[in-house]
Amino acid sequence: MSAGNGEGNGRRRIETNYLARVEGEGAMRVRLRGEEVEEVELRIFEPPRFFEALLRGRALGEAPDITARICGICPVAYQTSSCQAMEDALGIEVTGQLRALRRLIYCGEWIESHCLHLYMLHAPDFLGYESGIAMAADHRDVVERGLRAKKAGNRLIEVVGGRAVHPVNVRVGGFYRAPERRELEALREDLERCREEALETVRWTAGLEFPELERDYELVSLRSEVEGEYPIDDGRIVSSKGIDVAPAGFDATFEEQHVPHSTALHARVRERGAYLTGPLARFELNRERLSPLAAEAAAEAGIGEGCRNPFRSIVVRAVEVLYAFDEALRLIDAYERPDAPAVEWEPRVAVGHGVSEAPRGLLYHRYEVDAAGEIVSARIVPPTSQNQRSIEEDLREFVAAHVSLPDDELRHRCEQTIRNYDPCISCSTHFLDLRVERL
Amino acid sequence: MSGARRLFVGIGNPLRGDDAAGLLAARALRELGPEGVEVAELEGEPVGLIEAWRGAEAVVVADAVACGGEPGEVHRIDAAEGSLPAALAGSSTHAMGLAEAVELARALDRLPARLLVYGIEASRFEVGTAPAAAVRAAAERVAAAAAGELAPGGTLEARHVFGDSRPGP
Repeated sequence: MSAGNGEGNGRRRIETNYLARVEGEGAMRVRLRGEEVEEVELRIFEPPRFFEALLRGRALGEAPDITARICGICPVAYQTSSCQAMEDALGIEVTGQLRALRRLIYCGEWIESHCLHLYMLHAPDFLGYESGIAMAADHRDVVERGLRAKKAGNRLIEVVGGRAVHPVNVRVGGFYRAPERRELEALREDLERCREEALETVRWTAGLEFPELERDYELVSLRSEVEGEYPIDDGRIVSSKGIDVAPAGFDATFEEQHVPHSTALHARVRERGAYLTGPLARFELNRERLSPLAAEAAAEAGIGEGCRNPFRSIVVRAVEVLYAFDEALRLIDAYERPDAPAVEWEPRVAVGHGVSEAPRGLLYHRYEVDAAGEIVSARIVPPTSQNQRSIEEDLREFVAAHVSLPDDELRHRCEQTIRNYDPCISCSTHFLDLRVERL
Repeated sequence: MSGARRLFVGIGNPLRGDDAAGLLAARALRELGPEGVEVAELEGEPVGLIEAWRGAEAVVVADAVACGGEPGEVHRIDAAEGSLPAALAGSSTHAMGLAEAVELARALDRLPARLLVYGIEASRFEVGTAPAAAVRAAAERVAAAAAGELAPGGTLEARHVFGDSRPGP
């Protein structure tokens, strides 16, 4: 990475490299000539590519555990997409209460991931704080509420997944052990309280001030094949411009391209261009499928008729947290311990595809497996690489409209624009070297 | 004080080379088996620490750091003595590092009464690589030191023996 052009900039870059959780590196460069935006480049370093190599030759049953380690924030998403791809390859289906458990643990991950982003990383932008720590001093109640919600999400993952980080109970075909009903019942009180608080949070985020930016994205998300269900763990891939394909159609629909300025591949809709995945896209394409409580909260927050402003994604995340609590309680209500914790399988030569809605958007896995049950090839397309082109386009548009701002202010606004996407700690990057060059 | 909860937390990612340092220290400490000391491993984002140490009186956290020193060099920082050094803090726009988790806990009055942070200098974080020998050795040294600090009568307890309330942040 080249040295920053500002004194503060250089310092920040160094500090980032000091961070122990080095799970990605990145940089953004905006080059302006006079009033004109000449170039916007987002450069990211993408670990999933290394995992693809690591997976080759491993037993197919290891994929959920190995890929879970790509990301400390969204291991359940990696586990779910990899399990589904393997199950597709093996010709088995995980249904009924096993699928419900899969959805339940995923609710925990949405809660945990969205709350970390919403309260600690994104909210400070809108309230004018340097960090969540600085914000905590003045908005202690809000931060405490966020930590309580996050903890409830943690507990959910722990009870279904065996432990809170990198759950060990998930396997191809289902789980090693299905929880007893009473174990899930024990979570109820906390979940109900947090659901109430999540409603308050939707209202709170609705009151923030948002910069103007509306873009005509091609929105891409899953749509559950279960009528009336908001997409989390599975479904068909749909878009606002007419895409409607099964997970196996991912490659025929989207392509990844190398761009010179980034080691990550840029995804686009074939012969069309950038698209947007994540909370905004999910919400726009599925908002009629929210629970009544979440739909009402969205309407009250002013996004009931839709939302295309990426800065308002914080409101959408708050609505999704509320939905996740509501959905978790619904799943627990209907839970009956299944007779077997998993569907058994036999290896065979096949290719399988799996897609799920990670908190940040679509997460696609594709595996080729052999008769001995070994992985021949692996492909993982994380949400942040799919959104990379849209992030650059957002930046280009935002900078063009705010070119008169001083460099520091512009840099901060660019960071905020990137943060709208909650770029994954390890699926993508730490954005440190933020440069604005004026020629 | 002997009934107080004493906890060691190792943080890291086992698949990313030297980043496993904290986890190795936790495993080494388990081998040593100091009486009454809980050992936990965290692989995710460090905000979970604040929950992990709830109710603990004395806590030691070990994590990999990259402060420009030699791999295996160990930094020992007492959180009660003030903010963690800036060099340990991430300034990322997304991630929260260990130092940020500690400072967040301080802002919310949720620091344990006694908190020590061991930073193990690390340099290689590539996926699928093994931790360097110097880092592995450092993890063992940290485990041995932590066993002493967390033991009854150890440094972490000593300052607290006569105190009936925790010191302010």
